[in-house]
Amino acid sequence: MIVIDRVRKVFPLAGAEFVALGDVSLELADNEFVTIVGPSGCGKTTLMNILAGLETPSGGRALVDGTPVAGPGPERGVIFQQYALFPWLTVRKNVEFGLRTAGVPAARRREIAEHFIHLVGLDQFADALPKMLSGGMKQRVAIARAYAVNPSILLMDEPFGAVDALTRVRLQEQLLDTWSQERRTVVFVTHDVDEAVFLANRVVVMAARPGRIVEVIDVDLPYPRTEDIRLSPAFATLRNRVWGAVYHQETPA
Amino acid sequence: MTMVRQQPATQAGTPQPEPRRRRTVPRGVLNLVSVLLGIGIWWLLPTVGFHDIPAPPEVAGRAWELTVDGTLGGDVLASLLRVFIGFVLGVVAAVPVGFLMGWYGPIRGLVEPWVQFFRTIPPLAIIPLAIVLMGIGETPKIFVIFLASFLACVIATFQGVVNVDKTLINAARVLGAKDRTIFARVVVPASTPFILVGMRVGLGSSWATLVAAELIAAQQGLGYRMQNAQLYYDLPTIFVGLIAIGVLGLLMDRILLFAERHLTSWQERR
Repeated sequence: MIVIDRVRKVFPLAGAEFVALGDVSLELADNEFVTIVGPSGCGKTTLMNILAGLETPSGGRALVDGTPVAGPGPERGVIFQQYALFPWLTVRKNVEFGLRTAGVPAARRREIAEHFIHLVGLDQFADALPKMLSGGMKQRVAIARAYAVNPSILLMDEPFGAVDALTRVRLQEQLLDTWSQERRTVVFVTHDVDEAVFLANRVVVMAARPGRIVEVIDVDLPYPRTEDIRLSPAFATLRNRVWGAVYHQETPA
Repeated sequence: MTMVRQQPATQAGTPQPEPRRRRTVPRGVLNLVSVLLGIGIWWLLPTVGFHDIPAPPEVAGRAWELTVDGTLGGDVLASLLRVFIGFVLGVVAAVPVGFLMGWYGPIRGLVEPWVQFFRTIPPLAIIPLAIVLMGIGETPKIFVIFLASFLACVIATFQGVVNVDKTLINAARVLGAKDRTIFARVVVPASTPFILVGMRVGLGSSWATLVAAELIAAQQGLGYRMQNAQLYYDLPTIFVGLIAIGVLGLLMDRILLFAERHLTSWQERR
């Protein structure tokens, strides 16, 4: 369970203060798929980095299973927009990286890597270098790599932001497929309203200046999410609601 | 480092979809033509007034003599040995120092002024001092070569460490890696391309420094041989020395380039 308790983050900016996050609170139950959507500057990435332990809050606390976040840890997997694969390692070695760090014996490492490479459908590319892969494939490797260390939480920061629209739809379906087989708590940051609704069981809408949560919208559509669901009136209604919350925010003076 | 992809040679007789595109001659052929043309011009020079310049056959003859009596081999060996020792010592010292400078701010603050200062002094300018302090034996020569390769390599390594993508470091951290692991398994491989470029630059400047060092005080070596030939107005020997220096420098660079291509083949080249 993740508890975000009045988390605040302030950056100095040209002599003044920029409030990236102003007292944000949110709770996530285990195995939830929550998407965070909002305009740029709303602090969604900052919130993600605080949960990942890559940034420390200026105030408030972030708790994971009751323990305050202090630095990164293998129980929280992170998937970056820029893929962040180690270019000198093959797909397999990338996926094994965290396992090697944890001192898992070679045979076991290989077995686990095999499993997750298979899960993201890249068996044929296990021994390829990242430079040979497309953007979408690289991100699938990153997902496999994050899964391999068996985190209870996956933090995904606009992971499909750099791929084309068609690939993105396929990646969304594959991600949900992976998630349905290997349930984890997922926090997924995006600026794509369709993506936010399609993936999540809850959509958190944020606004900027100061970064804050304006609305939390439950997505009561069943999993597995199919193309039929994506094209259904119920999906459209929800999407319109999230759209309204994102694009028609009254900005405080 | 941009790789120019060569167009496959178009087949004669087949209709060209793009008639304007020029037929491409393989680059190797152009290189060969260029070399032959250069030798041809050299051959012509003595006949059109530059009577002092020895023609290629004369130089080739001298090269043969020097090879047969073992002089050339001895000089090449002496020069290569100096460069090799100085260069290897320079690289071995530069890589850890460069890593420390890139990784620890305080060390950078302490070391950088000295590196930047010595970098502005051509290693050759150190020779008088080195000779006074270290005598005219092998030590001052190897020292200036060491300095030349050290300075080129330390800067490159340091730049490599500083330029490591922060996202990669974060990716390693969230996968549970601590500083030591991040250093060994992210920073070192990520900066390898920079180090190899630094080594190539360092080797080039080592080689240049060597020859100059030998011009001043040596009993053997390509630089010494040329210096000695100058006293006797022996132009063919000077030419043999120059060509040997050029060919050896080129060979060493190609060997490092080959190593670089292999060690950093994971890089996406744009």
